[in-house]
Parts: sequence; C-alpha cells; structure tokens
Amino acid sequence: MSVMTDRRPVADGGNPLPVSLKQARLPRWATPALALVAAGAGCGIGLGAGLDSTVQWGLIAALLFILGTFALAAGVEGARQAKDRLATCLVWVCFLLAVVPLASLLWETVARGSKVLDGYFLSHSMGTLPDAMPGGGIYHAIIGTLEQVGLAALIAAPVGLLTAIYLVEYGRGRLAKAVTFFVDVMTGIPSIVAGLFVLSVWILILGFGPSGFAGSMALAILMMPVVVRSTEEMLKLVPNELREASLALGVPKWRTILKVVLPTSIGGITTGVMLAIARITGETAPVLLLVWGAKTINNNPFEDAQQSLPLYVFQQWQQGSDASYDRAWAAALVLIAFVMILNLVARGIARWKAPKTNR
Amino acid sequence: MAKRIDVSGLSAYYGSHKAIDDISMTVEPRSVTAFIGPSGCGKSTFLRTLNRMHEVTPGGRVEGKVMLDAENLYGSGVDPVAVRRTVGMVFQRPNPFPTMSIFDNVAAGLRLNGSYKKTELKDIVEKSLKGANLWNEVKDRLNKPGSGLSGGQQQRLCIARAIAVEPQVLLMDEPCSALDPISTLAIEDLIGELKERFTIVIVTHNMQQAARVSDRTAFFNLAAVGQPGKLIEIDETERIFSNPSVQATEDYISGRFG
Repeated sequence: MSVMTDRRPVADGGNPLPVSLKQARLPRWATPALALVAAGAGCGIGLGAGLDSTVQWGLIAALLFILGTFALAAGVEGARQAKDRLATCLVWVCFLLAVVPLASLLWETVARGSKVLDGYFLSHSMGTLPDAMPGGGIYHAIIGTLEQVGLAALIAAPVGLLTAIYLVEYGRGRLAKAVTFFVDVMTGIPSIVAGLFVLSVWILILGFGPSGFAGSMALAILMMPVVVRSTEEMLKLVPNELREASLALGVPKWRTILKVVLPTSIGGITTGVMLAIARITGETAPVLLLVWGAKTINNNPFEDAQQSLPLYVFQQWQQGSDASYDRAWAAALVLIAFVMILNLVARGIARWKAPKTNR
Repeated sequence: MAKRIDVSGLSAYYGSHKAIDDISMTVEPRSVTAFIGPSGCGKSTFLRTLNRMHEVTPGGRVEGKVMLDAENLYGSGVDPVAVRRTVGMVFQRPNPFPTMSIFDNVAAGLRLNGSYKKTELKDIVEKSLKGANLWNEVKDRLNKPGSGLSGGQQQRLCIARAIAVEPQVLLMDEPCSALDPISTLAIEDLIGELKERFTIVIVTHNMQQAARVSDRTAFFNLAAVGQPGKLIEIDETERIFSNPSVQATEDYISGRFG
C-alpha cells in the first residue's frame, strides 16, 4: 500500500493538500483603504443619484464595504477567509446599528437638555409658575421619583430575594413550578395593567386617594419578577460544592445560605436589583394613574399627589410651549443620568464584591 | 476521640433508583479504611451516607443502620447537622469558600456554628493549619483569599477546615484525584499523621494510594450498569492486595477487570 504512505499531494487527486502552510493574505492597510473607498463611493453615488438622506449614503457605503471586502478576500485569500471576513463585517455592522440609536439619543438629549439644566432647575419646583413661562424646576419630581422608587425597591427587593432563595434552595415539586410560572407571567405584565390593578384595588375599592405609595405598589409589582429572575440566575451560579462543603462542616442549611451562598453571589444579586430599579425608574403609566403628578413639593409619599421624573417629562411635553419643551428635555437628561449612575454603582458593587482570586 | 463505625444492612436510593445494596461493614477507629472499585459502584454514595450528606441530594434516602460507637446516625431524633459536626468530609475537588480569606476559611466551621473569641479562633486556626501541613506556606498571608492558593494547597486548606471543627471521623472522597503527584504525596503523609487522631475513610481510584495509606481496604463492585453497587469484601489492605478471597477483587486490582 504505497499510496497510503505517500502523503504528498497528487495532481489528479480530488483535493490536493497544500504543500505550504503559508497563504496569500490581504495587507493590513487593505481594510481601512477599502472603508475609505466605500465611503467615498457611497457619497459619490448619493450625490450623483440625488439622494438627500445621509442615512442612505451610509447604508450604500456599508453595503459596498461588505461586498468589496468579500470579493477582495475571495480573490486574494480564498473562500474560507472571505467568509471569515464577511462574518466579521456583519458583526461590526450589527454592533454599529445597535450603537447608533443609543448614541444619537444620548447626543440629542444632552444637546437639548443642557439648555435649562442648572442648579436652580434641580433645586426648585414648578410652584405657581405658568407652564408657558420659562423657569421652574424638577426638585419636586426628583423627590417624588426617589421616594416612589425607593419604596418600591423596599417592597420588591426583599420579597423577590426571598422568593428566589426559596426557588433555588428549597423549592421542589408543584409549588415551586407554579411560582416559577407566575413569575414568568408577571415579567410580561404591561406597566399600565399593573397601574390599573392598583388603581382598582387601592383607590376604587379601598377608597384611598392618589399618593406616591400607590405608585410604589404598582412599581413593586413590575420590579418583583425582575428581581426574582436575576437573583435566581445568580444563586444557581453558586457551585453546589460550596453548599456541600458548608453542610459537611455541620453548618445548618439556613446559615449556609446566609453566610456562604449569599456572600458568594451578592455582587450579581445587587447588580440585578439595581438594574430592576433602573427599569422601574422610567415607568410613566402607573405613575400617571396613581400619583397623578403635582406642581409643588410633596415630601410625604403616603398622602396626596406627587410628581415623578418620567411623568414630569410627559406633562411638560403635553404643555407644548417652548419653555416646557426645554424643561422636558432637561428632566429627561436628569432621568437618563440617574439611571446611568445606578448602573455604574451596580457595576462598582459587583466588582467590589466579586470573589477575589489575587494571591 | 476517634470513633468506630458499624454499618449494617445499609441501602441508599436516588428517588426510585437503588444506588447501593445491603452493605454491612466495620470501620476501625484510629485507622485508615480505603474504598476502591469501578466508577459508579456506589463508593462515594456510601461514603456520603456516613455523615448524612446523601440526603442533601434531591431524592436521596437511606435504609439501614450506621452506628457511631453506640449511636445510630439514622435513629429518630438525630440531627443531621450534629452528625456532620462529628463526621467531617473532604471533597474530590478543593472547594474553599471564595469570599473568605485563608483564615476565615479555616475558621468557617466554628464561626458559622457559634461565637468564638478572636484569640481562641487564632489558636485553633494555627493548630488546624499546622495539622494540615499548610501553616508554613500560608502563615504570612492568612488574610489573602483562599482561592488564590494552588490546587494542592487548597485541598490541604479544605482538610484544615474540616479538622478545625474537631470531628471524630474524617471522610475523604478522592481527595487527591485533582492534584499533582507532589501535592498527593503531601496529602498522603498528612493522612498518615491524621490517623493518630481521627478515624479516616478514603475513597480512591488509585490502587497504589490505597495500598500506601490504608490499613484496611474495601472493594465495591456492581453486577451491571444500572444495578446497585455492592460491597464485595473488606479486609486488611495487605491481604486484599496480595491474596484476596474473592476472584473479582483480584481481577480488579490486577487490571484484568472487564
């Protein structure tokens, strides 16, 4: 069987093996050069065909770039490399498509919102100022949002945390399955429905008036399933060996959960709770139904209407005057900044609390 | 302080699946007993029934008796938590608590079970780490995380953690299978020292290890996959490895198995 031992490529064989491991490669400058050419061609085609939207120019350029890369790579480097480059291009394009709206939204909000955003705006309420007049501020809305979201978190975080602990550490059988199912259903509840639910029970049946607390209850309903889900995932990530190690030391189960399982996953759990808080901070519908909105400062979340940031944005936008548009943008900027700070704090806590491995 | 274990008619189940069938044996105090046998024959399951860790697995349940000196571990009114304080365990893969420092890891069993004075804890931690032959390597970095140690050091840390609560019996489930030969040697030497104070049961896949460290050896086997594992024989290690009374044992030890 001399054919078997002869491993060199044969000319008439189906697929001759490559003799060398080296292959033709596109030079490093090929990709940026191609990007430039594609951008130029995109602009040229756009101008020539009289397309007025620069978005169309960009799309044409992106398409040309992808096709050009594929064709060039297929010609120089071979089919496999060409597919690799095509996939890389697609990943980048998708990434850019995802980032563009985010960046443009941020840009727009910062550009328009910074006009009236200053110390006065942050530290004063609307008071008796007419809506069409410039001036006024969002102090009452910030107070309202902090109190409503804080109360909602105070209700939802412990309940959600304990539910997740039950599901992961204790839950077996039908009850656990039912709880998981209802948590999933709750994740899908539209915020307006949560608002209507609290409205019908708390205000229409029990006869309480609008208050920040009523809004908190609706927000808590929205927040709870998110906390349960994220905490559950984090607790499941804790290796079983750690639980067994602790149990084998003669530590009771509840102490094992408290002292070993929770500390190990506390970073992830905090991140989950913070993200859930960030999510409910922007909710408008339940606040509109239950808190109603106010123009003056109300520090008591348990009585009378309050304001909140998203509702303030909505109401100022409704007024339709130039001054109220400016205020709406500024309040939106504050809201985004607030959520972003929450996210950063969550990341900081996650990093600070993560199990350390340095020697 | 070491205690004798007397097992009689012990069967363990996972749900409806019977994992080990009707095992009876005696584990002598202040000696090392090794369990050998093919994978899936129930060695680990049996080991875990000795400190009631088996029932931690969902669906796990046990029939039969395990006498620790005069007390039945499965008698009514026996608290599994108290059992586990008396019968400690070291696992296959080193599993120090990742959120705790080296000191806290060793002190974990004590601290999680009650309050101790700082000085008292210090003494116990030092004693346990010395007992696990780890003190000299870590005495300058007791406050560093335990997960930063090497695999062999981590396993010795886990042994220190287990002996810190002063158990009567120490169960070891393949404690060296994830370690290199040098760390393995360190642990084997340690087992030799520990048997002066504890009753030790070790599960191992390494025949030489069983021959080196143990006084008595038990051979487990199963008739076929899916069948429950059984104890084939238990005897002096020397006898098991030179002149076992059952043919299957000799086949397994000499590698003629299957």
